[in-house]
Amino acid sequence: MVPAHLSEMWRAWGVPAAIVIGGSAGSIEALGVLMPALVAGAAVPVVVVVHLRPSEPTMLPLVLARRCALPVRIPDDKQPCSAGVVWLAPPDFHLLVELDRSFALSLDEPVHFSRPAIDSLFMSAADAWGPNLVAIVLSGANRDGADGARAVRERGGLVVVEDPATVEFPVMPAAAIAAADPQIVAARPAIAALLAEMTAGGAPA
Amino acid sequence: MSAELDPFAEFFGFVRSRFHYDFTGYAQSSLRRRASRVAGRHGCDDLAALQALLTARPELFTGVVSELTVPVSEMFRDPPFFRELRERVLPYLATFPLVRVWIAGCSTGEELYSVAIVLREQNLLERSLIYATDINPRALQAAEAGIYDVERMAAFTRQHQRSGAKTSLSDHYHADEHAAVFDRTLRERVVFSDHSLATDGVFAEVQLVVCRNVLIYFGRELQDRALGLFADALCPLGFLGLGPRETLQFSPHRAAFRLIDEETRWYQRT
Repeated sequence: MVPAHLSEMWRAWGVPAAIVIGGSAGSIEALGVLMPALVAGAAVPVVVVVHLRPSEPTMLPLVLARRCALPVRIPDDKQPCSAGVVWLAPPDFHLLVELDRSFALSLDEPVHFSRPAIDSLFMSAADAWGPNLVAIVLSGANRDGADGARAVRERGGLVVVEDPATVEFPVMPAAAIAAADPQIVAARPAIAALLAEMTAGGAPA
Repeated sequence: MSAELDPFAEFFGFVRSRFHYDFTGYAQSSLRRRASRVAGRHGCDDLAALQALLTARPELFTGVVSELTVPVSEMFRDPPFFRELRERVLPYLATFPLVRVWIAGCSTGEELYSVAIVLREQNLLERSLIYATDINPRALQAAEAGIYDVERMAAFTRQHQRSGAKTSLSDHYHADEHAAVFDRTLRERVVFSDHSLATDGVFAEVQLVVCRNVLIYFGRELQDRALGLFADALCPLGFLGLGPRETLQFSPHRAAFRLIDEETRWYQRT
C-alpha cells in the first residue's frame, strides 16, 4: 500500500516519462521487491544501474526478469530507450541517455570506483527528460548517485530515496538525501507501491 | 530545452573556433560528463572556467583534447572476441597471400598488440600488414612505443589465456619493475597513421577491420560515416569486429554486413 500522502505528492508533481533506478550493496534485494510492482505494458522505460564487479558474469537480467512483468534487456549502443522495458546497464560500461532518448555507452573512467555509474545515468537522463524524470536511489555503500539525483532535482524531476534507516547499506541513500533534497524518502514497500501506480498510468490526465 | 546558451554548447563552440577541433558528431551525453571531469582535473569549477584557462594558456589544449578523446583501453578485453578471431576469422583470412588489417581508433595500442599477438600465434603475422590509425597523435605515439604499466599485465595475461592463447603473454614483452615493453617485432608489420573517421577517407583495401568501443563515442551520423568507410575498405567477405554492445542494427549500412556471432559482434561483409 502506498501511503496516501505519497500518492498525492507524486501525482501533484506530474507525469513520469521515464524512471531511472540506481543502487549498490543491498540493492539486488531492493530490486527483488520493486520489480514485481512494475505493471506490464508500462508507458515509461525503466532504466537500472546496479554496481557489480566487472569480472563477474551476471545472472542479474535473469534474476530480474523472473520477478518482473516487463521484459528485461541490456541495451546496445544507440538503441532507442523504448517504454515498457526494464533496461539494465551492461557490466563494465557506463550507460547514458542521449537527448534523442537513445542509449549511449562509454568506457570512460569509473565514477566513485564504479562502472556503470549511477551519476552518469542520472545526469544524462536529467538532460534528456528534464522535469519528467523519476530517479530512485536504493541501498548502497558509496556516494554514487548523489550528484546525479541532485541534477535530476535541479531539473524539476522527482527524486525518491530509500529511507536509510530501513536499509542494510545506508551510505548511498544518505548521500543522495544530503545532496538532492528528495521529494520522497520512503521504505521499500512504499516505493514499490509508488512504482505500481506510476507504471499503471495512474496519473491524472 | 530553454533558449539560454548551454554552457556545454558554448564551450565546444569555443573549442571549434579557437582550436579547429570539432566535437559536433560525438555522443553528447558522455562528452558532457567527460568535459566536466576534465574541467575538474584542471582545477576549474565549470566549463566557463576551463574556457578561460585555455584562452590564457592555449598550450594546454593538446592535453585537454587527449583527455576528451582517449578512451581507456585494455588488452584482450572480452576474451571470446579474440577466441572467435582465432578460430573463425583467421582461418578464412589465412587463404589470402597477404592479410591486410585495419585497427581503426587504435588509441594507445592495447587492442593492436592483442590482435598482433593472435596473428603471431596463428602464424600469420609475417604475412600481415596492419594499419593502426587514430585521430590523436599522443595516443599513436603511445601505441607505437608499446609500453604499459607492468601492474596491468596480470589482468591482461588472464584475459589472453581465456582467449585460447597458444603462448604466454610474457613471451611477447619484457618487463622491469615499472613497465612492460612489448616486443618490437610485433609492430614490424604495422603502419601507424593519423586518420580521422570523421573527416578522412578510405586508404586501402583490407580483409579485417577491428574497431571496438570507438563508435560508442560517436553520434549516429558520425557512426554511419565510419561504418561506411569500413564497408568501402573491406573486400567482399572481409570481417568487421565491433565492441560487445555495438551494433549495425541501427545503421543504414547494416545491409552491407551479415552478423556472424551475436555475442562477440563479428560481422562479415556481404
